[in-house]
Amino acid sequence: MSSAQPLLKVRGVETFYGKIQALKGIDMDIYEGEIVTIIGANGAGKSTLMMTVCGTPQARNGDVEYAGENITYKPTFEIMRTGIAQSPEGRRIFPRMTVLENLMMGAMVTDGSTYEEDLARVFKLFPRLKERQGQRGGTLSGGEQQMLAIARALMSRPRLLLLDEPSLGLAPIIVKQIFDAIKELNERDGLTVFLVEQNAYHALKLAHRGYVMVNGVITMSGTGSELLAREDVKAAYLEGGAH
Amino acid sequence: MKKQKDTLMVASLKDAVGGAVIALLMALVMVGMKVDVASGRGAELFIEDRWAAVAMAVAIVFVGRFVLNLFYWKKEDTEKPRLGSLLPSVSSFSGLGRFATPVLLALAVILPFLLMYWLGSRGSRQYIDLAILVLTYVMLGWGLNIVVGLAGLLDLGYVAFYAVGAYSYALLAHYFGFSFWLCLPLAGILAAFWGIILGFPVLRLRGDYLAIVTLAFGEIIRVVLLNWYEFTGGPDGLSGIPRPSFFGLEFTRGEGGFADFFGLKYSSIHRIIFLYYLILIMALVTNIVTNRLRRLPIGRAWEALREDEIACRSLGINTTNTKLTAFALGAMFGGFAGSFFATRQGFISPESFTFMESAVILAIVVLGGLGSQVGVVIASVVMIGGFEFFREFEEYRMLVFGLLMVVIMVWKPRGLISSRTPSIALSKNAKGISADLVQEGTG
Ligand SMILES: Nc1ncnc2c1ncn2[C@@H]1O[C@H](COP(=O)(O)OP(=O)(O)OP(=O)(O)O)[C@@H](O)[C@H]1O
Ligand SMILES: [Mg+2]
Repeated sequence: MSSAQPLLKVRGVETFYGKIQALKGIDMDIYEGEIVTIIGANGAGKSTLMMTVCGTPQARNGDVEYAGENITYKPTFEIMRTGIAQSPEGRRIFPRMTVLENLMMGAMVTDGSTYEEDLARVFKLFPRLKERQGQRGGTLSGGEQQMLAIARALMSRPRLLLLDEPSLGLAPIIVKQIFDAIKELNERDGLTVFLVEQNAYHALKLAHRGYVMVNGVITMSGTGSELLAREDVKAAYLEGGAH
Repeated sequence: MKKQKDTLMVASLKDAVGGAVIALLMALVMVGMKVDVASGRGAELFIEDRWAAVAMAVAIVFVGRFVLNLFYWKKEDTEKPRLGSLLPSVSSFSGLGRFATPVLLALAVILPFLLMYWLGSRGSRQYIDLAILVLTYVMLGWGLNIVVGLAGLLDLGYVAFYAVGAYSYALLAHYFGFSFWLCLPLAGILAAFWGIILGFPVLRLRGDYLAIVTLAFGEIIRVVLLNWYEFTGGPDGLSGIPRPSFFGLEFTRGEGGFADFFGLKYSSIHRIIFLYYLILIMALVTNIVTNRLRRLPIGRAWEALREDEIACRSLGINTTNTKLTAFALGAMFGGFAGSFFATRQGFISPESFTFMESAVILAIVVLGGLGSQVGVVIASVVMIGGFEFFREFEEYRMLVFGLLMVVIMVWKPRGLISSRTPSIALSKNAKGISADLVQEGTG
């Protein structure tokens, strides 16, 4: 993976919450067609990085470039119309709206001409959602909600999909389903994926490349298998064994 | 099977008794005692008791609930533990909502003639007037529903737009001699404009803070109207506001008037009936527009905004514009209703636009069930109709009103019609679970 220009290029990004500095100069590249994961302890700043790419909060210093365009200071809603879609931390589906309505919300940025096709595509990926399309989002199980959050993001036909902890609180079998779906999207449709994960073992197995973040700084990077093999990564994030 | 039937019987009986007790408590004061002026002995007040009517009301409730329980609500017979058990459950009400709409609509259309038939044109006048008032609040409720119910922006100053609409018409007519039909759209546009003006500073606010700022805004408008004596007439208000015409026909006696043109005998009731249909149409337009918008992207964005603003932004929705359109549209309908109010009254003053009005409109929306259109109608009829009917008990009115609010809120914390109707039907071959079957927990 080394086409000339990365799809997403992050350079020296520093993000603050008031006086607290959450990101202390992050460099990161994501190339078209890659799955890139970022792992790190709680509070390391992973979600903050993802949200900075989306423009809330905006970086105080540094640049975020997407497809050659500087998007650092664009408003969030405009960034999300350029081909980036996100399944945010905590899923944030619309609880009182039905599954189908949630998916429609995901397609808001499209012109609607591909709606049926996209709907069929996400239903094929997650048949559970098809069965439950009239059910209110808030009454879905945790796993179904996660599927819905990913499906909703896919409805905008993104080029780059941002996923924040899609495996959070899910049973191993559902985690596998979700990760299989990500893999399928990447291999079949060539979707580029930026994955934030606590589940380091699965994430590094799935990803082409990975970054390790500690306290707002990237401390290691490499291919997924390289990172998985490193003793210090094993010790810190894998507790010495496969999960 | 037999066993089940028995428990259903017992449960229904219990439920009916509970309902009857509540009916008894409410009817005791409201129906049972009527203050009247004694004829012949000067203007002495006395309380006439009507226990027969109370007994009747209680009996109707008892039998009605019993029968409904046995045959209509029988699906959910066993698990009805608390206070809620005394009253119909959510699903039975949403079932009611489905056929309530056409029935209510038909009733609204024939109401003036029904009243005239029963009470004659003299006797029906006060009731048609009351119906006009109720419809005005229905329209205001529907307008505010866009802001509060759909977009989830708690607006405590809605009366400001009602005032802007009323004063727009009154002032345009006063200074430029514009007619009602010209002023109606202008009033709507001006109110929408003020809606945007209010919208801008409060865009970043949520919940409590938004409520406080909108409340202040409502008061500012009223205070300005009160103090700008040269322009608005201050506390004296504006009078002589022209009445609307019917396609150029004035409702006047004699040559060229409405009655003359249609070969009718002149009667002042014609104008009242005309006003009734005018506000009915205006309210229906509000409803139709709202229902339409709900199915369009902007309407869905409002509802999504109510649920989760951050998620909205991450889906590429411009939350700023979404909020502003909600404010503007809600305000516009408030403005329309305001100019109707002005033309109906013929006189307006800041007195009519106090915070109490905002509170009543908000109460209608909340009691009706945020976002429910039928709920607003029911709540308006109950509240405004109730207000007028129990005018005799001036001092207890607020007490009963407050009690009613508490009862409704305990019974149905999400308002009368709490189940949200999805804005899209399922695709044809989906064998999914209908939203109606999957109730959310209340809380
Ligand atoms: N809105 C906020 N206001 C203030 N501080 C914040 C805010 N959001 C995050 N932080 C702080 O920024 C730091 C990074 O948080 P972030 O959510 O990015 O961590 P994370 O790596 O995603 O952790 P986790 O794995 O637990 O989700 C934390 O110290 C957190 O307390
Ligand atoms: Mg996080």
